[in-house]
Amino acid sequence: MKWNGWGYNDSKFIFNKKGQAEFTGKRYRLGGMVLPTFKEWIEKTFGASLEHKTTSRASLNVNDVPPSIVNEEFLQDLRATKISYSQDAEDRVFRAHGHCLHEIFVLREGMFKRIPDIVVWPVCHEDVVKIVELACKHNLCIIPFGGGTSVSSALECPEEEKRTIVSLDTSQMLAESGFCTGHEPDSMEFSSLGGWVATRASGMKKNIYGNIEDLVIHIKMVTPRGIVEKNCQVPRMSTGPDIHHFIMGSEGTLGVVTEVTIKIRPVPEYQKYGSVVFPNFERGVACLREVAKQRCAPASIRLVDNAQFQFGIDIIQGFLSLQFKGFDPNILCVATLLFEGDREKVLQHEKQVYDIATKFGGLAAGEDNGQRGYMLTFVIAYLRDLGLDYYVIGESFETSVPWDRVLDLCRNVKERIVRECKEKGVQFAPLSTCRVTQTYDAGACVYFYFAFNYRGISDPIHVYEQIEVMYVRTVVKGEGAKLMSHNILGKLRKRWMKESISDVGLGMLRSVKEYVDPNNIFGNKNLL
Amino acid sequence: LFLASSSNKYAVSHSLFVCSQQKELMSKKRDEFEDILEERRLSSDLRYAMKCYTPVIYKGLSPCKPNAIKSAVLQSEQVQYVIKQLAKEMGESPDIIQEEATEILDEMGHSMQLGAVRFFAFTLSKIFKQLFQRVCVNEEGMQRLQHAIQEHPVVLLPSHRSYVDFLMLSYLLYTYDLALPVIAAGIDFLGMKIVGELLRRAGAFFMRRSFGGNRLYWAVFAEYVKTMLRSGYAPIEFFLEGTRSRTAKTLTPKFGLLSIVMEPFFKREVFDTYLVPISISYERILEESLYAYELLGVPKPKESTSGLLKARRILSDNFGTIHIYVGQPVSLRTLASGRINRCPYNLVPRHLPQKPSEDIQEFVSDVAYKMELLQIENMVLSPWVLVAAVLLQNLPAMDFELLIEKTLWLKGLTQTFGGFIEWPDNLCAKKAVVSGLTLHSNIARLVDGHVVLNDKGVEDGAVGEIVFKRALAILMCATYRNQLLNVFVRPSLVAVALQMTRSFRKEEVYSCFSFLRDVFSDEFIFFPGISLKDFEEGCFLLTKCDAIQTSQQEIYPTDKGSVIVSFLSTMFRPFVEGYQLIFRYLSKETKEVFTEKQFIPGVRNFVFQLLEKGNTQCYEALSSDMQKNALAALVQLGYNHGKLSWQLMALSYSLMPLFRKLIG
Repeated sequence: MKWNGWGYNDSKFIFNKKGQAEFTGKRYRLGGMVLPTFKEWIEKTFGASLEHKTTSRASLNVNDVPPSIVNEEFLQDLRATKISYSQDAEDRVFRAHGHCLHEIFVLREGMFKRIPDIVVWPVCHEDVVKIVELACKHNLCIIPFGGGTSVSSALECPEEEKRTIVSLDTSQMLAESGFCTGHEPDSMEFSSLGGWVATRASGMKKNIYGNIEDLVIHIKMVTPRGIVEKNCQVPRMSTGPDIHHFIMGSEGTLGVVTEVTIKIRPVPEYQKYGSVVFPNFERGVACLREVAKQRCAPASIRLVDNAQFQFGIDIIQGFLSLQFKGFDPNILCVATLLFEGDREKVLQHEKQVYDIATKFGGLAAGEDNGQRGYMLTFVIAYLRDLGLDYYVIGESFETSVPWDRVLDLCRNVKERIVRECKEKGVQFAPLSTCRVTQTYDAGACVYFYFAFNYRGISDPIHVYEQIEVMYVRTVVKGEGAKLMSHNILGKLRKRWMKESISDVGLGMLRSVKEYVDPNNIFGNKNLL
Repeated sequence: LFLASSSNKYAVSHSLFVCSQQKELMSKKRDEFEDILEERRLSSDLRYAMKCYTPVIYKGLSPCKPNAIKSAVLQSEQVQYVIKQLAKEMGESPDIIQEEATEILDEMGHSMQLGAVRFFAFTLSKIFKQLFQRVCVNEEGMQRLQHAIQEHPVVLLPSHRSYVDFLMLSYLLYTYDLALPVIAAGIDFLGMKIVGELLRRAGAFFMRRSFGGNRLYWAVFAEYVKTMLRSGYAPIEFFLEGTRSRTAKTLTPKFGLLSIVMEPFFKREVFDTYLVPISISYERILEESLYAYELLGVPKPKESTSGLLKARRILSDNFGTIHIYVGQPVSLRTLASGRINRCPYNLVPRHLPQKPSEDIQEFVSDVAYKMELLQIENMVLSPWVLVAAVLLQNLPAMDFELLIEKTLWLKGLTQTFGGFIEWPDNLCAKKAVVSGLTLHSNIARLVDGHVVLNDKGVEDGAVGEIVFKRALAILMCATYRNQLLNVFVRPSLVAVALQMTRSFRKEEVYSCFSFLRDVFSDEFIFFPGISLKDFEEGCFLLTKCDAIQTSQQEIYPTDKGSVIVSFLSTMFRPFVEGYQLIFRYLSKETKEVFTEKQFIPGVRNFVFQLLEKGNTQCYEALSSDMQKNALAALVQLGYNHGKLSWQLMALSYSLMPLFRKLIG
């Protein structure tokens, strides 16, 4: 794994000797592929130039890393449990961050002020119980760590934390299952089951399998107060509010999820990608809404706007090589589809969806285009690392919004980003694009991607953060949309919590925290 | 009562005094004007009308035909919802109500056509050249407008003094190759054969005068306007004042249409909306005598085509210069930032009709006042306006030389107060006055070195007729003086308050000022709720022209300031006296309930009799405008003090001593 970027060490975008972009490694379908127009795209879109390269440090400088301060008595107790641990600088830094832009930026150019003092690797529920007990005994702070893919500063250590911070890494607890859970968040390769539960994660194929709250049957969590779990694994209970809902989305503030029973499904017999081109974004959204209304959404259905479509063309030449009669290439947009199930049903389902699309002026654009679209999802995170090398920073935001406001939200947020960049002195118009990424009965989930060339700006992260705040404000206050339908709040956006759920709502959550963890052992300061 | 309650307020916010007024008033810099008729006089009108017209339009516009808008409105969730609701309530079939909605739309909708636009471009060129010497426009304003139109939906908010307003504005946009506006016009225009339909084709859409109770009409109308706004179809134009001001004084704003055009922003259906205040000033108003008759109770002729044809004799008359100042587009987003919490809109599906919250209503009202104040700020004042103001204080006759001297003096004072006077640098005062008198020879004339009002036939008529003729002349003249009033009102009310309280204590003067401001709240335009700031501005302006000196606690008129103070208070005296007469009438009114229709003739007769007997000289109290404003102010005051409206008489009675004190 990379220490200062996304994913595997061998997988990344590079510019080869001919100056053409190439994706290295063999893990992805894109691997080894040369992308001849990519350079042009990056130059055209951001005004970036290959001559102007930033320099990231090649490796971690151990001397910069804050020292590990751990009480000797605790170490003795810990050794007695035989749980493996490490005070090594690299291990600690790796668990000090998620993948927020500013975190990656810090890794490349500086150092975190506060990182875990020690990393522990429990391998079973009992190990976790022991660690939590020790933490209570010695008054330590525990920060659970899953896959480290958070994009909300959830893993950042609170700077003012004086106690020893223990990073409790649960990633090794995830056994190879061999079943299909159907839960496929974009970070699937790297994130963990406990992480999914603790963050109320959403998966790409939620239309078939559901989001995590629909998948979970039983959860066991270790808290400073003791172990919380249900005494049965029944499909539904009416014993007051569902305690699972205190756990899902608690973001590591209450305890460590050690066991999760989750629904599994047979591996689908048949999978088919697809894509539809619409004359414009409005028609595309209308089609998705109709699909949602008829409740016939395929495993995944996504609608990318024109800018992202252009990006698709430019980055992977041949994407949509078809010519579409009467469609303005600067307005049209594309929906990508993924069907799963048994063959006959898939074909039937496919026909139904394409029939609806036709009513909204959509034209089928083939399986390949659909598949490439999904492939992009998995490599887009690698793309940011490349951008960083050339003064381009980027980030994604997401939100969910009622159907009647989808179009307005997309337009307003994109416009606001462009405007805000201009006001903040960004010299080249930013890339500001969106994708309707999930459909629900009552609305949709929208992802915004936003990137800009920061040459000439002294403090790009600050500019970026201002724009981010603006975004959140726009969404929370005006659009009738909600933050974080799929991602979590972490620390990054917790100040909007009150407005989102009211004072009393916040108080309810606080009182749970106070009861479960009165000494704030799980002190990552997320959420509340 | 009033003194006690407002003095507290004063004490609390005293520290705000002497704040940043100065900067605001000094930094007013205005654009230069260009005469658009000049070009018209030099080249062919036909070619101009047939020119290649490719207007600048909104960047997000997907072009559509007027009929497509209508069907979009009809099919919209908003209108369909109301149709279903009404069908359920009335037990009718939705089809019948839908039919009704279609009829409403057909009555309302414009059908803008380039042909009609070209026809207007041609005929209006001819007519305008005939009527006006010059039509002056600030070109920078047009450029700003051009940018605004491309960026966001635009709402044009012109002042309304004449029917010429909207014709002129469309003409102007055509000339500058900008998207032609759709204009909210009164339904009465449809009564005019051919002309109504012609206006429709030039982009007018028609609204009924009152439709508050008709939910279907309201839904269709609101959706029609919003659909055009959201799609950026065309700039939307309407008059905040609701109707033509018969007195040339800005009327208090109406909020209905403004809140409709603001709603898409509140609901975030548009990113932003530009509001563009436009000030249209006439050196001589086309309808001046009609207005005077109307104010005196001779009803306004119904709009009719034959009436229009009869009116064409005015074509031989000269109406001087028009100034159109297109103000800085105001971003609604900026106005609302930090002020409006749009969350309440989040919890209701957007197509459901939603009554705006109190916050929103207050905001709409504030925006309306702000826009009107911006209009006022950029109204061009001609020298004649100054002449009229001086003349009205020196009736029946004034020495010509003195008039010139006083006019020049008033020019300086007006400029100090931030008034926008169009007075060419090289034009001497005498010429300016003479040219004003020539243009307005129907109002005043020069006789034996004296300027007198042109109330012909006064000598030989019956008493009643003399009063009427005189009232006509005075009201016409007042129409011009009135253009100064909103610029002068703050310092003048301080001056009036100074005279009235006969005290130097700032607190007392402020209480009195604040009371006057409340009483005259329908007469002049005050931004709601900033009495103290208005007072400070008034004091600041008076200090600036050396009329007063202020200390922490006190206000002193200076020696040389007495001329200014007395001029200012005399300027507003017709209002003080007029209100007194009206209140006197009301305090004698014995009926518990009366309508405005009964009130106006009653008070008019009352004042008329007093004038006939020579018991008052306040001709302006005959103006139905003043009578309505006084009544409205009283109702508002009564409401503020928790009294029922039928106790107005008691209230007006209680106000009498205060006013008597004023007149001294």
